[in-house]
Amino acid sequence: MGLTIQEVEHIAELAKLRLTAEEKTRYREQLSAILDYANCLQAVDTTGIPQTATVLPLKNVMREDKQQPSLPPDVALANAQEKENGFFRVPPILDE
Amino acid sequence: MEYEVIIGMEVHAQLLTESKMFCSCSADYADAPPNTHVCPVCLALPGALPVINKAAVEATILAGLALHSDIAETAVFARKNYHYPDLPKGYQISQYELPLCLHGHVDIQDDNGQPKRIRIERAHLEEDTGKLVHMGDHSLVDLNRAGVPLLEIVTEADIRSATEAYNYLTKLRTLLRYAGVSTADMEKGAMRCEANISVRPVGQKEFGTKVEVKNLNSFRAVRNAIDYEVKRHIQVLESGGQIKQVTMGWNEAAGHTFVQRSKEEANDYRYFPEPDLPPLQVSQAWIDEIAQRLPELPDAKAERFAAQYRLQPADVMFLTSEQDIANWYEAAVALYPQPKTVAAWFTGELIGIAREKGVTFKEGNVTPAGLVSILQLIDTGKINRNTGKAVLAEMFANGESAERIVVNHGWAQVSDDAALAGIIERLLAHHPGEVAKYRGGKKGLMGWFMGQVMRETQGKANPDVVRKLLQETLERGA
Repeated sequence: MGLTIQEVEHIAELAKLRLTAEEKTRYREQLSAILDYANCLQAVDTTGIPQTATVLPLKNVMREDKQQPSLPPDVALANAQEKENGFFRVPPILDE
Repeated sequence: MEYEVIIGMEVHAQLLTESKMFCSCSADYADAPPNTHVCPVCLALPGALPVINKAAVEATILAGLALHSDIAETAVFARKNYHYPDLPKGYQISQYELPLCLHGHVDIQDDNGQPKRIRIERAHLEEDTGKLVHMGDHSLVDLNRAGVPLLEIVTEADIRSATEAYNYLTKLRTLLRYAGVSTADMEKGAMRCEANISVRPVGQKEFGTKVEVKNLNSFRAVRNAIDYEVKRHIQVLESGGQIKQVTMGWNEAAGHTFVQRSKEEANDYRYFPEPDLPPLQVSQAWIDEIAQRLPELPDAKAERFAAQYRLQPADVMFLTSEQDIANWYEAAVALYPQPKTVAAWFTGELIGIAREKGVTFKEGNVTPAGLVSILQLIDTGKINRNTGKAVLAEMFANGESAERIVVNHGWAQVSDDAALAGIIERLLAHHPGEVAKYRGGKKGLMGWFMGQVMRETQGKANPDVVRKLLQETLERGA
C-alpha cells in the first residue's frame, strides 16, 4: 500500500478535513490505489522530453488592462453564510 | 565572539494597473466600501476562469529589466495551495518553477558607504490576497484587494546588516518608481517586506538557523526588527541556546518580535502548474519593445549628474532619488546654467521650506522658472540673497511671480548710495563707542555695523554697497 496512515492524516489536515479512523483506513486504500495507477506512468521513458505544463496548443492568452464593472454588493454577498456591514463574516482567525 | 548577520529579503509590490491580475475588477480599491471590487473570478465562484492582465506581465518584465534580471523565455503560473479566508479559491495563483525574472541585482551602499551588490534570485508575478479584520470572536473578510497584481522580489542571502536592508529597500523603491510599475508606498501597503534572518560565528561555513519576520510595513520597522532579531540571536547563542526556526511578526509599538507559527507545521503548498492559464512565451522583440519604456535609471542618472554638473555626492544622491526631483532640477539648470547654484537653492532652500511645512516640494507653487526668476533678480541686484529666500517662501505658499512679491512687500534692494549714506551717518552718530573701537583697530566690528544697517533697512540693503560705504565713512574719519 503506497500511503501510510500518517500521510493520510497530513493530507486531511492540508484539506481541512476531519476523518474518523474508519475513513482514514478507507481513504488510505483508495488514495493508494489511485497513486499506484498513476505510478504506471513512471515506467514511461521520458528522456529528452521537456517538462510540459500543459498540452494545449495555447500561449500568451491575455487581455488588455481595462476595468469592467464589478458585481453589485448584494449579489457579491448573496452566497455568504454570514455577512456584516458589507464584509463576509467568518469564524475567528487565531493564526495571525 | 564575532558574529556575521545573514539576511535575505522578500518584497511584495503591488503593480500599478487599472484592473486586477486575472479579472477586470478595478485594482484601485483604496477607500472603496468592502467587497465592491469583486466578481466571480476574484470571489472564486464555481466555473469562473482567470485571464492574464497583459499590463501586469509587461510591468513585471519592466521591473525585471530595472533589476538587471534575465527575462524568462517561458514563464508558467502555478497554484500555491493553502486554506485561509483571505483567498477564497483555496490557492493563490503565483509562479514557482518558471518565474518571469531571474538572476538580477541591485547596487546599494554598505554600512561604510562602500558600493555593494545585492543579488536578486527571482522576481515573479502573483495575485494579492484579501484583507481580514479581526474582531475577537469573529473575523471579517474584504476581497477588494484579492487579485490585485503583485510582484514578489526575492534576494539572495547577501544582506549583512539592518542598514544594508534599509538601503536595499530604499533603492528598490526608487527603482520601482523610476520604472513606473508601483507606487512602492509602504505606509499604504503597496510595498510589503519580509526578512529571513540568521546569525553565525565569523568563519563558520554553515548558515545559522533562520527566522522569518513578516509584516514589516515601514522602513523603520525593517531596521528595528532586524536589529532586535540579531541581538536576540546573539544572546541566545552566547548563552548556549539554540535558535528555533519560526515565523515571527513584528510589534512596532512594543518594539519586539513575536512568534506567529513554528515551522513544525511546515507549509506544504503543493505547487503545480495552473491548468487554467496557458504559459507565457516572451520573445526578444517583446522585451525590446518594453525596454523602450525604461527611463534613465538612478545609477546611470547619478553618474551623469556627477560628471555633467560636477555636484557633491550628497547632492547627486538627493537629486536622483526621485525622477520628479531630477527632472525639476534639470529643467531649472536648462534655464539657468549654473548647476551648483541651482542645486544649493533647490536642496537647501526649497526642500527646507517644504520640510518646514511638512509637505513635499511638489505641493508648493515653485516652478523651475520661478526659482530661476528669483536667482536672476539677485544677479541683477534687484534683491539680495536673503530677500531671495523670503521671496522663495512666499512663492512656495501663494505661487505669485517673484517680481510681484518683491513689489507687494516693498522688498526691492536699496542700492541707492545717498539713501544708504544717510542711514549710515545716523547709525555711526548713535554709536560713537563702536566707531572709536573700530577705528582703534577692532575691524571685526564691521559685521556688527553691517547687521545694524540691514536691520534698519529691513534686510533690503545691498550688502556690497553697504560694506563699501561703511568702509569709506569709517576710514575717512580715522
